[in-house]
Amino acid sequence: MNLTKSFYLLLTLTLLSGPVLAQTPEERGLEIAREVKQRDFGWADMQAEMLMVLRNKQGEESVREIRIKSLEQEGDGDKSLTIFDKPLDVKGTAFLSFSHPLEADDQWLYLPALKRVKRISSRNKSGPFMGSEFAYEDLSSFEIEKYSYKYIKDESCEGGTCFVVEQYPVDKDSGYTRRVAWIDQDQYRVWKVEFYDRKNSLLKTLSFKGYQQYLDRYWRADLQQMINHQNGKSTDLKWSGYQFRVGLNDSDFNKNTLKRAR
Amino acid sequence: MKEKLFATVLRYPALILLACLVLTVMATVGGKNLVFKSDYRVFFSEENPQLVAYESIQNIFNKSDNVAFIVIPADGNIYTPEHLQLLRQITTDAWQIPYSTRVDSIANYQHTWAEEDDMIVEDLVSEGQTLDPSALDRIREIVNTEPILLNKIASVKGQVSLVNVTVQMPMIDPVAEVPEVVARVREIQQKYMAENPGLEIKLSGIVMMNNSFAESALKDNATLIPIMFGVVVLTMLVLLRTFSGTFSTVIIIAASIAAAMGLAGWSGMFLTGPSASAPTMILTLAVADCIHILSTMFYEMRRGIVKRDALLDSLRINFQPVMLTSVTTAIGFLSMNFSDSPPFRDLGNIVAVGVMLAFLFSITLFPALLMVLPVRVKQTREEDRDWTRSLAAFVTSKRRILLPGMSVFMLLLIAFLPMNQLNDDFVKYFDTSVPFRQATDYMQDNLSGMTMMEISIDSGESSGINDPAFLKKLGVFSDWLRSQPETDHVSTLTDTLKRLNKNMHGDDQSYYRLPEDRELSAQYLLLYEMSLPYGLDLNNQLNVDKSSVRVVGTFKNLTSNELVSLEERVQNWFARNAPEYQVQTTGPNLMFAHISQRNIKSMLSGIALALVLISLLLGFALRSVRFGVISLLPNLAPAAMGFGLWYLIDGQVGLGLSVVAGMTLGIVVDDTVHFLSKYLYARRHRDADSVAAVQYAFGSVGRALWITTFVLVCGFMVLAQSSFKLNADMGFLTALTILIALVVDFLFLPPLLMVFDKTKIETPAKTAQGVER
Repeated sequence: MNLTKSFYLLLTLTLLSGPVLAQTPEERGLEIAREVKQRDFGWADMQAEMLMVLRNKQGEESVREIRIKSLEQEGDGDKSLTIFDKPLDVKGTAFLSFSHPLEADDQWLYLPALKRVKRISSRNKSGPFMGSEFAYEDLSSFEIEKYSYKYIKDESCEGGTCFVVEQYPVDKDSGYTRRVAWIDQDQYRVWKVEFYDRKNSLLKTLSFKGYQQYLDRYWRADLQQMINHQNGKSTDLKWSGYQFRVGLNDSDFNKNTLKRAR
Repeated sequence: MKEKLFATVLRYPALILLACLVLTVMATVGGKNLVFKSDYRVFFSEENPQLVAYESIQNIFNKSDNVAFIVIPADGNIYTPEHLQLLRQITTDAWQIPYSTRVDSIANYQHTWAEEDDMIVEDLVSEGQTLDPSALDRIREIVNTEPILLNKIASVKGQVSLVNVTVQMPMIDPVAEVPEVVARVREIQQKYMAENPGLEIKLSGIVMMNNSFAESALKDNATLIPIMFGVVVLTMLVLLRTFSGTFSTVIIIAASIAAAMGLAGWSGMFLTGPSASAPTMILTLAVADCIHILSTMFYEMRRGIVKRDALLDSLRINFQPVMLTSVTTAIGFLSMNFSDSPPFRDLGNIVAVGVMLAFLFSITLFPALLMVLPVRVKQTREEDRDWTRSLAAFVTSKRRILLPGMSVFMLLLIAFLPMNQLNDDFVKYFDTSVPFRQATDYMQDNLSGMTMMEISIDSGESSGINDPAFLKKLGVFSDWLRSQPETDHVSTLTDTLKRLNKNMHGDDQSYYRLPEDRELSAQYLLLYEMSLPYGLDLNNQLNVDKSSVRVVGTFKNLTSNELVSLEERVQNWFARNAPEYQVQTTGPNLMFAHISQRNIKSMLSGIALALVLISLLLGFALRSVRFGVISLLPNLAPAAMGFGLWYLIDGQVGLGLSVVAGMTLGIVVDDTVHFLSKYLYARRHRDADSVAAVQYAFGSVGRALWITTFVLVCGFMVLAQSSFKLNADMGFLTALTILIALVVDFLFLPPLLMVFDKTKIETPAKTAQGVER
């Protein structure tokens, strides 16, 4: 009798825990993405400077300098303002973007030479950003809804042991069929991303180097290196001057104030 | 040494058979490494300056290898809802082609337009777009006013358009990559043609051309080699009337080809269009050795000598002439190592090895086979020497007319030689039976040619392409290039900037001009680049530093000379109008346009060296410096005459022909060797005067020379049937030259000898057994 009772108890426990233990790779991947987002949430606003170094196969180099301000949005993509400093002929050009996880972003560009703000209506996020190997979609904020996920395996990486997770873009205008991300299990930082083009062949690899922690919580890499395997070009993004919670608000991310962005 | 060899061969034929079999199989196994490299770049050596320039341009901008789907609707109108949707689907599918990095069609053309201060960037034909008549009219209007599309992607008449796919092959395994791309491309072609009866899709572009090199050559080998074997078998059966002899000859030829190709495989060579013709050439050249050995053997057997002794006699008599002619032929082919184009070096080396293998086999394997196989001959007298005798009589009696007559004829032909034009149009490397050629011809007739020139213009400063002065000159240049009579299309940055300037001013047509402010142009480009999708960016026109721009001109199919003169005009335009900018003109067509000239220059030293070596060899073999010098004339004249005659037949000399002189030198020498050695034998050993010696020479080798020449001419004429024009022309001119060589040896050399060799020759103490049979 006692034995039977124990057996039923065990059976019940097994049945209950079954679904939890048998988490699908898709669920696991989503769970990791949620954790990434969760850990990085709450920085409110930030600004930083970015130096881009572009290289082609022939070894020629070219440099771009921009500043980025971002405003965190709950339940939507972030708002961001990009101010171009170099090359000199685009100095003062400012780009405002309200990103959305699923619909096309709202985008405005202020052209100082024309002294006008132009709204850009385009679904395209997959083209090269300033002629670099980064697509605009590689630089925009990470939102859970942008992808569906699949956990692949654990693998050691620069950040210790990493989850290897495949991310499938929901946006059909994305330039990729999938991204494979290496995320460390300790801090949930992304160390490496491989990008697979529309025919599912490896296009680019992005590596993150020199992670630093801000506000005792938010990790940002000093260096992002993108290598395009198909055309042999590469781009380095060097970040500096990270500042968080500097008091930016909606009025700093406004079409009408774009002209005055400095 | 050689006596010992012959004895062994005849005593232990089974052993020799086994040894040859083992060695041949070992060599042949290397053939598994022999793969076809489908890439036009193989025609250029690594140090070729045009290739170096082109590669550097390709590294700065993006590569421009492409596949063009030429999509032709059944009703001759591309502006129907069904067809536009179809183009959209093909465009989407084309992105799935391996290594594709860019797809351009009217469907995914990034149309930009303005609505007040909004700038809209979208596919010209978007998904789910309603295509009512007014939308169709709008699309047609946009295509017909957009210089980027018109005459390149879509025709003015609107009956045909392209889906152009740029592929960037990693070149890690070019042997596999091209077929991989082509397989997918054809899958798409077949699918849409099957689903849409009446729709036609033709395939052109650099990738399809690369693929045609392989397919054309392999198809050739599948048809031409069997034909050639047929010709050999038939010729031998008819002229020598022997089954065993024919069978043995076929074995020798097959073993020589298999071993030579196998060794090429072991050495790590790739197959290419030209080197794929090596089997046909070895086949042709290997026959002669066997014919010489067989005919002497039969001659002896007819006189009643038993097979074994007849064979031994034949080997003794033929060993030296066969070796000598094999060595001279090999030297001729080895002269191709001086070629600037690696495939011809490979061809020369493979054939040289094949010829030497054929020699080795014909003095070992061949007699061993003949020992084992039954050989019977009827004891008859040869009757057919009559025509050689009457030819000899004709030549000796008419020598005073023949010498000046032939001299004039030869000089006349040679006078045409310099009038040949150099031309390498790689589209015309393929005859009209090749689908790539058909597609490209169609494209040329209905849309644009395949001749392209990439013009990279370096402003010399970072971001310098935005300088209004630079843009203005670029604009003027683009207009100038567009106005040239041979131009079909010009792709230039200034068109994009003019359109953006218009878009930025609310689509006001009066702003369809270049921005006059550096910042404005830079900011337009920044905006435009940010709104383009993956693959349709400007990186194929601008370098990373935005200091250089690439203009691509598409022209009607031009000859090399026309293209080089166009290149000069482009360079002159910049020298006159914009000397401050660095300009480079490159592209596959230009590379081919320069290659023949380079190759002919490099081949000249090869021919000179081969000539010196062969003449030394001849002087040594004939044991006479004087006759060595006299032999130069009949050895050199045929190639020069051949090219002279070529002017009257075709007049265009390309890469394939640039190696013919060196190649034929080693072959035509054989006739001279045989004729002169018999002549000298008669003079020295039979105390004959020059007239009698000529008659003797005709009588003893006239028939053999005629048969071997017949086989050689047949062989190279079979090669002339190739669908790969490079090989076809090479085969034809070689056949022509060999035929001319025989005419010269029969009609010019004898009168020359009779006129200039009047002195009595001292009978040498030692017999010049060297080259007698």
